[in-house]
Amino acid sequence: MSGRPRPVLADLHVHTVLSPCAEVEMIPPLIVRRAARLGLGLIAVTDHNAALNAAALIAAAEETGLRVLPGLELQTREEVHLLCLFGALESCLAWQKEVFGRLPALANREEHFGPQYVVDATGDWLRTEERLLAVSAEIALDEAIDRVHALGGLAIPAHVDRPAFSLLANLGLIPAGLAADALEVTGRFRPETGLKQWPGLQGWPLVVGGDAHRLSEMQSRTLLKIAEPTLEELRLALRGEEGRKVSVDWGNTD
Amino acid sequence: MEAVRITLEQIIEELGLELVTAGDGAVRSIGGGYASDLLSFVMSHARAGDVWVTLQAHDNVVAVAGLIGLAAVIITEGQRPTAGMIARAEQEGVVLLATAKTTFTVVAELAALGLSGGADGRGS
Repeated sequence: MSGRPRPVLADLHVHTVLSPCAEVEMIPPLIVRRAARLGLGLIAVTDHNAALNAAALIAAAEETGLRVLPGLELQTREEVHLLCLFGALESCLAWQKEVFGRLPALANREEHFGPQYVVDATGDWLRTEERLLAVSAEIALDEAIDRVHALGGLAIPAHVDRPAFSLLANLGLIPAGLAADALEVTGRFRPETGLKQWPGLQGWPLVVGGDAHRLSEMQSRTLLKIAEPTLEELRLALRGEEGRKVSVDWGNTD
Repeated sequence: MEAVRITLEQIIEELGLELVTAGDGAVRSIGGGYASDLLSFVMSHARAGDVWVTLQAHDNVVAVAGLIGLAAVIITEGQRPTAGMIARAEQEGVVLLATAKTTFTVVAELAALGLSGGADGRGS
């Protein structure tokens, strides 16, 4: 069973070649290798509105020291990006199915948005996803968080300090009663200035995600104290329960 | 009502806009106008040849403008497109214009020039 809490570095926001704006280097074996070099014990695969490469990345990390949470980065009707993380692939795929049902019936246009590749664990091309993923799903932020919770997942508004596609930029504030499990900030966020600029961030568990569209953007600043790299342990850490904790290294290295 | 022919050059001149992208896009004629900061609405409601007024200044703005075939994007409130966004716009033939004016002011000035937003509730 689970042992004593130990330090685990995490990046809960990694894209793959399924995301039209990601570089072609974002394939499972290279992500796993980069994660190892950064000393990461836990990452989440979070492509835009889809989790079609989640199984491949989980498989690529098997028998390594890295655990991969399946997830996706939902774009809500408010154009707010929301990380949706799950413990089991089936729950994640159930959520993906709901999301696909709420996307507009539009085809991706590679020349404008970029290609969307579904790959296997070795990074080999399997097919090209044709539905447009770089678009908003017809789901409000509150409803999305509720649905993710109902499926047993965690919901974390992404890069809230970014000027676009973020909670603070698009809604102007953190809504009262927001049921999110944590808030993600970028590697550029510094608490001494950020908490002054957005006092509403006070008291929220913060994580730093790479929002990595290329390998060099992966981040290793989020330190979890957890017994195992699982969603349930992550949940406890974000709540600060049972001796589990989350902290961020705010150092100046980029 | 008689349709007014308005060129991008006129708009740049009359509104005192900064042409951010290189190239000769400034001679195209404009179909109409559309204003929104939500890209999903622009994608479903703006029409080819429209000039789009927004304060958003990131890469997806260029993708959407290129996809629809917009005549130009006017970026308001002093927001600055990044170098990457400008390069991408030039590559896709999207004209980027910038101004310190608010979206409200820009739309009012475009309307005063005779530019139309089309029928109410378009696309809904």
